[in-house]
Parts: sequence; structure tokens; C-alpha cells
Amino acid sequence: MSNEQENRTTGKVNGIIANLVIVQAEGPFAQNEICYIVHNGVWLMAEVIKAQGELAYVQVFESTRGLKPGSTVEFTGHMLEVSLGPGLLSRNYDGLLNDLDTMTGIFLKRGEYTATLNTKKKWDFKPTAKPGDQVTAGDWLGEVDENGIAHRIMVPFKMEGNYTVKSVSQAGSYSPDEPIARLLDENDEQIVVTMIQRWPVKKAIKAYRNKPRPFKLLETGVRTIDTLNPMVEGGTGFIPGPFGSGKTVLQQAISKQAEADIVVMAACGERANEVVELFKEFPELEDPWTGRKLMERTTIIANTSNMPVAAREASVYSAMTIAEYYRSMGHKVLMLADSTSRWAQALREMSNRMEELPGPDAFPMDLPAIVSNFYARAGYVVLNNGETGSITFIGTVSPAGGNLKEPVTEATKKATRCFYALSQQRADSKRYPAIDPIDSYSKYLEYPELQKTLAETISPAWTGQVNQLKNIMLRGKEAAEQINILGDDSVSVDYHLTFWKSEVVDAVLLQQDAFDAIDARTPLQRQRYMVDLLLKIINAPLGFDGFEEVQPFYKKIIDKLRQMNYSEFESEQFLAFRKELDRMVAERTAVEV
Amino acid sequence: METKALQRIYTKIGQITKATCTLRATDVGYEELATVDGRPAQVVKIVGDNVTLQIFSGTEGIRTDAEVVFAGKPPTLKVGDELAGRFFNSFGDPIDGGPQIEGEEREIGGPSVNPVRRQQPSELIATGIAGIDLNNTLVTGQKIPFFADPDQPFNQVMAMVALRAEADKIILGGMGLTNDDYLFFKDIFENAGALHRIISFVNTTEDPPVERLLVPDMALTAAEYFAVDKKEKVLVLLTDMTLFADALSIVSNRMDQIPSKDSMPGSLYSDLARLYEKAVQFGDGGSITIIAVTTLSGGDITHAIPDNTGYITEGQLFLRRDTEIGKVVIDPFRSLSRLKQLVIGKKTRADHPQVMNAAIRLYADAANARTKLENGFDLTEYDKRTLDFAKEYAEKLLAIDVNMGTTEMLDTAWALFAKYFSPEEVAVKKELVEEYWK
Repeated sequence: MSNEQENRTTGKVNGIIANLVIVQAEGPFAQNEICYIVHNGVWLMAEVIKAQGELAYVQVFESTRGLKPGSTVEFTGHMLEVSLGPGLLSRNYDGLLNDLDTMTGIFLKRGEYTATLNTKKKWDFKPTAKPGDQVTAGDWLGEVDENGIAHRIMVPFKMEGNYTVKSVSQAGSYSPDEPIARLLDENDEQIVVTMIQRWPVKKAIKAYRNKPRPFKLLETGVRTIDTLNPMVEGGTGFIPGPFGSGKTVLQQAISKQAEADIVVMAACGERANEVVELFKEFPELEDPWTGRKLMERTTIIANTSNMPVAAREASVYSAMTIAEYYRSMGHKVLMLADSTSRWAQALREMSNRMEELPGPDAFPMDLPAIVSNFYARAGYVVLNNGETGSITFIGTVSPAGGNLKEPVTEATKKATRCFYALSQQRADSKRYPAIDPIDSYSKYLEYPELQKTLAETISPAWTGQVNQLKNIMLRGKEAAEQINILGDDSVSVDYHLTFWKSEVVDAVLLQQDAFDAIDARTPLQRQRYMVDLLLKIINAPLGFDGFEEVQPFYKKIIDKLRQMNYSEFESEQFLAFRKELDRMVAERTAVEV
Repeated sequence: METKALQRIYTKIGQITKATCTLRATDVGYEELATVDGRPAQVVKIVGDNVTLQIFSGTEGIRTDAEVVFAGKPPTLKVGDELAGRFFNSFGDPIDGGPQIEGEEREIGGPSVNPVRRQQPSELIATGIAGIDLNNTLVTGQKIPFFADPDQPFNQVMAMVALRAEADKIILGGMGLTNDDYLFFKDIFENAGALHRIISFVNTTEDPPVERLLVPDMALTAAEYFAVDKKEKVLVLLTDMTLFADALSIVSNRMDQIPSKDSMPGSLYSDLARLYEKAVQFGDGGSITIIAVTTLSGGDITHAIPDNTGYITEGQLFLRRDTEIGKVVIDPFRSLSRLKQLVIGKKTRADHPQVMNAAIRLYADAANARTKLENGFDLTEYDKRTLDFAKEYAEKLLAIDVNMGTTEMLDTAWALFAKYFSPEEVAVKKELVEEYWK
């Protein structure tokens, strides 16, 4: 809408099919260029998705009801861009980074666009660069304190080539749109830098030196992830699961507990009430790592399922751009997107309206490429100044009919390294989180880099213990199948033991009560304690006179261990349960035949 | 729709298909209403000056020189307090012989609520049915469907829930309702003396199926009027959403769209979400709660309609006939209320969450024992106890004919635990066992 370009192309609406509008352009335009359709004085934002001669096919980010052929269209000369600067944290945005809180009225008004950043607010700026410094895109010029997080003011990512710092403003209070530095390019042309820069969301920000393989565990406090299938700083993972299997609860647990500096949550085509839960809870809940409010480290991007479909795609790209922005400042960013299937469906709707030849399940043919390019934007990076930053990205997938062979799940599986499969069967028997211990995996567990850090930070035996636990689960499943086929009394007692050992691991380590104040989050140190204890009980040579004795014994063991999970770590109560357990195991060892 | 001055009338139709006709017309808005030979139609596509109209009742007998009149506006509903107690068709016209509504005319299918203007739902809806209140507690502002096979009494259960819930207005959106069911709703609301707070938009099986696409929007536009303007607690009943989705697929098929899973349009998720997301809790007390019905084919929830619905709604209530007790129960395994966490143990007694989970876990053990039994294996003593427990649990708590308060439900569950199990087997927090085990 601005006058940033003198010779803007204009056009006229020629056709309307739902949110696909065909524009007769009176001049050149670019693929993915943003344009505005003027309808009764309201400006509707749209993006070019196909060009055919003078016809631009544009997807409108708003409802097209009442739109008529002949309406004026103004092209902007740029792709979908967002403003980046201090003040992104603690905000609630829509998919195009309009600030939802500054919109008027109860209902979203078509064509109401609000500023991403509050330019009235002043920030305490501290320079970190000095005149004469040689800089390139992404280099730090200074910083402001944003909710206790060092928000670096960087050389805008759009600036190509080398620059010399001419001047940097002195420490003081500035508005985000005030100049804070002057740079000279190779031709001695002066460029003024403010705290705000703009970036086209569909392009990855690559202002870093290199992207090494990740090697550090990202603690989430969710035992079945941290212990069995660890996520790493800069890693990628996804959570597919049928509805009702607990995707959202799990993702919210991760968002609350993960050891991250910044959390960017993209609610993409999901339920509004879930977003409201974040809006209401995050300003109240404490970040377990800093003691500050969770909202202070979080940005929420809400394109709920009833908001315009075209903006769903924009929402995940906007979120990734914010994540990349903070990673360039040297922060550990966690990005979550719920659910990437809705984004894929938005692509499908549009592909269908454009009458493209469909791929599997009517999804566009290039879906796997789009998904994998997107996941590739995550990662652990070494910045140009030697500092490091990371984006850990976990997306959820909502497979149609719970079938993991559908196109979105398959495409995502190829693009990610951690697979947290939620099982309907586990969810039905209320074994939450319903992450299937057999099907799920973390490729990172095989990384020697990670094994080395685990050995140093947890214990040298850790990877071995984890693999032992996985083996117990696998053998337990096999034993259960044998018992089901042959019957309780037709198999040896060993089968029952194997099965019940896996039940202990399942009940105590895998299952976790996300709604219990203590059990919801288990720090790594406590996980280590429980793993040691579990393996001690499981490896103890216990004797049983018959299979009838096995179940009651292990049920009691499970009960005590669960009570421990509900108790404050190493509290009196916790240790009392531990003592009782040791006694029970010792007694059972004594009766060995 | 009576013809007004200045309305543009066309009499030359270029193309007619089973459901649409295309003609040359100018200054037509997208989604605008029109009539073709008196039949209601809506603009679904504009390319240049070629306008494609979808004729709701089909194109049988439409002549190429039929009179086409554009209304200059999308579908609307006149809202006002007089809506209460009335019955309307898919177009919002009265079908009960009463007068037209005088009131403000509003476009149906209006914009979404800004998510930051929503409140977190927190008010429990008591239904007296333990399968709901104990295991799948409902909250105002929630959207939840019954998943049921066509032979199950879903409309009866839904009507019962509606009447027991303390709603200021109940709005029924009937899609493809049989005449018998339409009369059932009319009678039960009348007999309960509740007609003055009921508004119905009904498309029966006798009406053209495509018309029912307008029903949910009509019902929800009325709901928004009462929830926003009048700050009332509104309960919207939508039955049967499977028939609504079928109508979507008919339209998409006639528009030559490429079908996705189960012949449904690729936009099914968005089409359904747009409606269900109208469920909302406002800060000033107004709310819209949606209870819907999605009929299944042979209990198959992987079909595109229940599947997409499940991803949109905040849980589902799964009806199943329990052969052990010969009654319809709310299946504790397949049912879920996602918003129950906001009220259980907070608005109800503190032991609610743990008791609920423990009972379901034991019921699952019984299901395993039953499988063993069916496979001809001997049961352990524990297995036998779980089976006895399961039967009594189904009878006393899961069956849909139960009617009691939540505290009584919890006490009933504790009594069953004590009757059949030891505290270790029930495995709930020690403090709770100490307080409630009898």
C-alpha cells in the first residue's frame, strides 16, 4: 500500500473462483509478488502464484465474497515480507504477522492489517560495533534488552557484500525506526540502519558461516523423548498421530518445558481454543529455566482453521523467518508448527483450483520438495562472528485416517531425523504421551557427536542404558504376542517376566502425566536417577513360583514407582517409596528357588 | 425474493449442467444470490463476464431463456428476538406458518472471531450422563460431535443433553433430517416447555440436498446474534454433518473438482472448520457451544468425514451398544473431551481426573480379559474381577440412561474400586486413596 515504488504495475480483476482471483495486469509482475485488490475501499492482500501472459493468478489472503470483476489491483513490487525487530516476543500474530491485539472489534475485519512492531516503544540500545568495523549481512551492530534476552541489532540480511561501519549511535533510548548506525558500501554510499528490517519469508536467512551436525541434547522434560528418542539443539522432528492421540498436549508440554531461549509457535489451521489456552497460560506460567514468564520468550502465530486458508502457508514461513532472525543473534530457538498437514491441505486446495495435475491423494506433486526445503531451514549454525545459534523444529502431522502411509507423513518422514509416532492403541488405553516406543526413533542417538556429549553430561553408560531400555520394550512386545497366542500357562514364566519388565518401563518412564504439577516435567538428572533405578529392579535376579505371582508383584512395583513420579524429587516421601521398593525387590530376591 | 426496481434481469443462459448454469452478466459479486426461473441460486465462479450460478434445487427443466435475477447480496438472515420459538428452512424463511422476521439483515457465514478476543472456556455443562460428565466433561464454548452409526439413538441423546444443559437458546440445524426426526425434535422441545428458547433451521430429506449447505451458517448466524448482541449462552445442535459433507461432495463433483480421500472435496477440512470454529466463549458471558452428529458407516472413524471432524472438534462422543448390559453406552476408549482438563478437578471434586483415568484403565484390563476369554484361555483371578467390575461400571456409569451429579458419579466409582480391587491395583495417588477409599 505504500509508495515505495514509483512505477507500480496495476491491473483489474478478471475472474474469481473462491480465493483464487485472476487479474488482468497492465505491466510486468513477478511470481510470488504481493498485490492488493481494492474492493469497496478495502485493500485485500494477495500473492501471485501463477503467471500466464498478462493474467496473474493470485491467492487472496482474505474472503473474496462480493468481489466483482473490474476491481482495481495494485502490485507492490516485492514478495511477502515481514518486519523484524525488537518487540516480536510476547506478541500474538496472525499468519501475516499482523498484531492481533491491536486489531479493533471482536471479529476479524477483512483487509484490516496492523503493524508487526510497535514503533512507539523505546528500547535501550547498547552499541557493540565501532566505526571502521568491516561487516556483512547478519553481523551485530548493537543490542537491546528484550525481556532479558539480548536482542542484537544486525546488518540487514538483505544487504549483500561488504560494508564499513561509519557510525553507531551511542548507548541510549531509541525507537525501533530511528537510525542507529550508518554503513558505507564499497562505493562509499551511505546506508542508514534502524532496528527494523524487512525480509521475504519464503527465502531462508543464510547469514551464517556453516551448519555443523547437531551434537547437544535439547532437554524437554518429557521422559520418553529425552531418554529414549532425544531431540537435539538444531534438530528436526515430527509428531504424526491420529486425532485424540495427544499431539497438541505433547507439543504444548515441549513448548513450556524445553530448554530454549526463544520459542516460536505456529498454530497453523488448528483450533482457536488451543491458541487461546496459550494466550491465557503463557503469560502466567513460569519458564522453568529462567523463572521469567513463558510468554516473555514466546511468539505465537495463530492462523486458526477458520482464518483465511491462503494465510496458513504464510504462517509457517513467517514463523520460520522469526526463528531464523533470533538464531542469527546467537540464540537457541525452538520452533513448533501444529499442524503442517493443514498447510499441505492449503496447498492442495489451491493446486486444485488452478487445475494442476494432482499427485497422490490430490496433493500437489512438489509437496515432498516443499516440505523438505522447509525443514532444511532449521539447524545448528556457527555465525560469522563465531557464536552459535540453533533452530530446533518440531512439526506435527495429522495423517488422514491415522494412516502413516499418506503423502504428508511420508514427505515429512524423509525430511526429518526424529519420528515421534503417536499410537491410537496407546491413546485408547490412556497411556500418555502416546509416543510408540517401538516405531519411534531419533536418528541423533546414532550420532557419535551426541553420544559423546551424553557420556560427558549425563553418564558414560547412558547410551548403553538407553539401548537396553529400548530392547526391553521390544522384547516385552514380543513376549506379549506369544502370551496372547499361546495363553498364560502355556508359556514359561520368563515370558511373563519379560512382558512385565517392559510394563514397568512403560508405566514409569514412558507414561507421564502432563497435567500433574510434578510429573509433567522431569529434569534430566531425575530421568537418570529413574533409569538407574528401573534397570536395577529389572536386572535383579528375581524368583517366582509360577506366572500367577508375576503380575501382582510387578503391579505393586509399578504403583510404588508411579508414586515416586508424583513426589518431589528426593523428598522424604520420594525416598520412603524408594526404600519400600528396595525392600520389595530384596524380599523377592530372597525367595529365589 | 421479490423483484425490486433496478434489479438486473437476464434471459440468456449459455450453458446448463446438472447443478449449474452459466450466463454473461456484469457487475455481479462473488457468492451473490440470484434466482433462475424463481429457483434460488448462488454465484460460484466468475471468469470475465461469464458468471456461473449453482442452482440449489438442480437444473431440471431450466430453459435457456429462463429469467435470471441477481439479488445484489450474499445469503442473509434477519435476526431479532422474534427468532425464538420459530422454524425456518435453509434460506431462513419461516416454515411454521408464522410471519416473516422483522429485524436486522445479516450476511451469513461472516468473519471469524479474533482469537485474542476469545476467553478460555471454563464453565462446565452438566448433562447428568456419567459417560459425558465423568469421562468426557463438556464445557461452554466447546464443539463436539456424537460419532454414531445410523441405527443409534443419537438424536434422542442430543435432545436430552440440550434440554439438561442450562442454555439460554438452543438452535437446531437439521440437515437431511427425516420428517419423523423433525417431528421428534418439535415434540420433545414442546413437551419440555422449552419451545420459546429454541430456533430451528431445517432441511428435511424432502428438500434438495444442496440447500442444506446453508443450514449451519443460518443456525450459526442466529447463534452469533444471541451470543454477541444479547450475551446469551447458546447451544447449537447440528445433525447430521455427514449429510452436510455429502452435499459438499455433490457440489464439488459437479464443479469438476479433483476429489481427495473418499470422494470428498480437498477443502473438506476448511469447510467443516469454518463452521465448527464458530464455537466460542466470550468474556462477557456470551458463548456458542456446538454439539453435532456425524454418522459413521460401520463405526469407521478413518473415513474422511469423521476423520476431518475429529481433527477440528474438541473431542468426540462415541456411541456404542454394549452387549454385556444390552444398553447404549458412551465408549470410554474412543470418546474424548479435550476441554475437560479445564474443569475437572477444578469445578468438580479434586479426585475427578485420577478416578476417571483409573476406572478407564481397569475397564481396558477387562477388555483384554475378554479377548483372552474369546481366545479360549483361562482367566486369572484378577481378570475375573475386572470383568465383573466392567459390567457394573457399564451399567452404573457408562450407560446413557444414567442421570446423577458428578460427586455421586465419583462416589459410585470409588465404591466399585473398593468392591473389586485393592488400592495398589487401582494405582491412584496415595492421598486420594486415604481420603476416599471405603
